[in-house]
Amino acid sequence: MWEIKNDRPIYIQLADKIRQRIITGVYRPGDKLPSVRDLAQEAGVNPNTMQKALTELERSDLVYAQRTSGRFITEDAGRIQKMREDIALEQAQAFLNKMADLGFSRVEIVALMERAVAERG
Amino acid sequence: MDLIVSISGLTKNYGIKQALRGVNLALPKGRIIGLLGPNGSGKSTLIKILSGVLCPTAGQIQIGGFAPGIETKRIVSYLPERTYLSDWMKVDDAIDMFVDFYPDFSKERAYDMLSRLQIDPRARFKTMSKGTKEKVQLILVMSRRAQLYLLDEPIGGVDPAARDYILQTIISNYDENATVLISTHLIADVEQILDDVVFIKDGQVMLQAAVEDIREKQGKSVDGLFREVFKC
Repeated sequence: MWEIKNDRPIYIQLADKIRQRIITGVYRPGDKLPSVRDLAQEAGVNPNTMQKALTELERSDLVYAQRTSGRFITEDAGRIQKMREDIALEQAQAFLNKMADLGFSRVEIVALMERAVAERG
Repeated sequence: MDLIVSISGLTKNYGIKQALRGVNLALPKGRIIGLLGPNGSGKSTLIKILSGVLCPTAGQIQIGGFAPGIETKRIVSYLPERTYLSDWMKVDDAIDMFVDFYPDFSKERAYDMLSRLQIDPRARFKTMSKGTKEKVQLILVMSRRAQLYLLDEPIGGVDPAARDYILQTIISNYDENATVLISTHLIADVEQILDDVVFIKDGQVMLQAAVEDIREKQGKSVDGLFREVFKC
């Protein structure tokens, strides 16, 4: 069972999770994805919802369908790398916004990051 | 859209008490639908009428083109809220009984699910806990290749781990053209396996919507919406 949050459509959360598996290499370029039914069962969700999530991933070209043999992860490693960077940038921006809400200036934020990195060793 | 159930003007009275008051409802094929409502809202009455164990006071019902009766019992698999299996029976007796009654019953699937839930087919119902009996009952119901499954509170009496397994059983065992109608008040638990929800209150349908539409448009879960709509 995958963790599903309450505030967003389920298919978007499923697509996010699979996207994460792709960019972290759990699913490798060119790999065949499990069937909709198997994925739905693993996630504990309705197969129609899983179908919708996969369609979403097809739309962003991370996954492609082959008529008879199922769905595959893109072989375009550059596409995956780009997605990885996009998500990282999104996270960085979200972080910056939160810090701005706390009243930190950009210079202070950079200093804080350096301190955090140093403390982690 | 291709419908499995259409209901119009359905009313059911128990003496002077009105349990259903002019229900209009259309259920498409191939969907998992939650029938949600507070206690006493008419969920079980509606399911019992669809299954053919109760007769409506007024109104029309069509299931796969037939009024509830012999023809519809062939295509409807019904899980009542209470188990009706006799205490003296063993699990495999009940399976044989289902094989006799229903041509669409798959013995193989039943035994497969029993072994996954580690239930001994030779065990007598008398020796089982309430939860285990409920699991067996659900296995019997889901081992049929029906067109409409009516599940009245299928997860009420079982622990959370078994609940997950039961929900998985439902999503893995129904085929794409079958419709599953699940009544429950454990909304948060079933929400993610549902396509659509029907909210019922005081014997009337007050909302029919897709789960994802509710999340998208209202920014909240079905559970959240239910708590708001039915706030006491």
